[in-house]
Amino acid sequence: MKNKKNKLEAIGLNAYYGDFLALKNISVAMEENQVTAFIGPSGCGKSTFLRTLNRMNDYIDGFRVEGEILLDEQDIYRKEVRVDELRKQVGMVFQKPNPFPKTIYENVVYGLKIQGIKDKELLMETAENTLRQTTLWEEVKDKLHKSALALSGGQQQRLCIARALAISPSVLLMDEPTSALDPISTAKIEELIYELKKNYTIVIVTHNMQQAGRISDHTAFFYMGELVEFAKTKTLFTSPKDTRTQNYITGRFG
Amino acid sequence: MRTSEKIIEGLLWLSAAITILVTAGIIWVLLSETVAFFSEVSIMSFLTDTEWTPLFAVKRFGILPLVAGTFLTTAIAIAVALPIGLTIAIYLNEYANASFRAVVKPLLEILATIPTVVYGFFALTVVTPFLQQIIPGLAGFNALSAGMVMGIMIIPMISSLSEDAISAVPKSLREAAYGMGSTRLQTAFGVMVPAASSGILVSIILAISRAVGETMLVAIAAGQQPRLTLNPLVPIETMTTYIVQVSLGDVPHGSLEYRTIFAVGITLFVFTFALNNISFWIKKKYQEKYD
Repeated sequence: MKNKKNKLEAIGLNAYYGDFLALKNISVAMEENQVTAFIGPSGCGKSTFLRTLNRMNDYIDGFRVEGEILLDEQDIYRKEVRVDELRKQVGMVFQKPNPFPKTIYENVVYGLKIQGIKDKELLMETAENTLRQTTLWEEVKDKLHKSALALSGGQQQRLCIARALAISPSVLLMDEPTSALDPISTAKIEELIYELKKNYTIVIVTHNMQQAGRISDHTAFFYMGELVEFAKTKTLFTSPKDTRTQNYITGRFG
Repeated sequence: MRTSEKIIEGLLWLSAAITILVTAGIIWVLLSETVAFFSEVSIMSFLTDTEWTPLFAVKRFGILPLVAGTFLTTAIAIAVALPIGLTIAIYLNEYANASFRAVVKPLLEILATIPTVVYGFFALTVVTPFLQQIIPGLAGFNALSAGMVMGIMIIPMISSLSEDAISAVPKSLREAAYGMGSTRLQTAFGVMVPAASSGILVSIILAISRAVGETMLVAIAAGQQPRLTLNPLVPIETMTTYIVQVSLGDVPHGSLEYRTIFAVGITLFVFTFALNNISFWIKKKYQEKYD
């Protein structure tokens, strides 16, 4: 098996909310076309870390980072980086499905439209492709121009994934994407993640350790703002090196 | 204990009842005087005649000039207040940091505490002379200056209510927009403003309602010459100004001239009542969209 390229890499990353040090000296690399899962108890910093990868924390008053995050070996916190351009490469799916209060079609093509693309055929083609990719096409093809808010939670979340894919990012960040969904919708999204990793680098935060075990190639365990352990998912779950990891995955806390 | 509870309950009921009774009383007076007015003047001529001269020898009772005056000052006011108010609301929500917002919001609301009579002579003695240097034909009393100052006066209504509406949009939508690579401007105008549109619309309607009912400012600065025109450069008269003019004058009680103010008053009431109901209806219809 050939060595994969590091798509994203954090080097000595500290993150602060005001004076509070939320992430302590995190160094970790996420390989291309792999699924990397972040696990850990609430408040451990896993979501904060995920959100530094596309600079979603930039608008929080008092938030700042030290260290580097490399995307394709370029630091994304450099001065000349435009966050809106960065986020076109690093897409994001959130915990709660958050479609815009617009039609299904308008949701999917939103990202293209804000880039100034007006070609109706191209927009429709992209909409169909991404909706097929997210297995939503058959369910919504007759109501593309109805409100996205009328869809079920699971459909809304797949729509949000389709929306993120429409602008063809290379990385997809997912912040507990199934925690608000029922088991069937969850299974669909997990299958989807498995399919998507052929073309995308996926980083997922999850509360659900079985989920991390099922879908990820690598797993990072965060605790109190520290990256305690990072390994191949199988290794981490079968022979954790750190006792805190062991305690967490055996359900002794969290 | 029980009796004191009863007394308190009774007092609460009474205070609620008084407000309703007073409102009912006002409507009753308006209606009865208006009915008396329309027994002498036909509704048709009231609604279609283009002259309003009840205080002249040749009396004409067309409400249209007064409605036009009110419409003109209101339209100018909204044209000033809407872009500025909305810009402020968007800026405070999407750009300003928390400490800046904490200072500016109360400052803006101070604008709303300035007595309207002050705005009136500000329009008359500062804005009008200034505008006259730019627009040579501008009369000393005019709808333009009054409307513009009224616009400044109602900015806080629009900015404050719109700001509330925008900040009530779930944070997740803003994140969705940013997550898709939207700039702040695209997020504000493509996502936040449309999502808050019902609340923004309500703020505009309430501002219109306020502008239609505004009295002192237009009485001082816009003139007292009812004329059917949309020219903002000449003196006009609004419905409210006319009521002030007659109320302060020496028109005998019970005369036809006296009753005109009730006919004008009820017209004004119909306008503001309709506007407030529309805003109430919009609020109710769209409020729970995201819950």
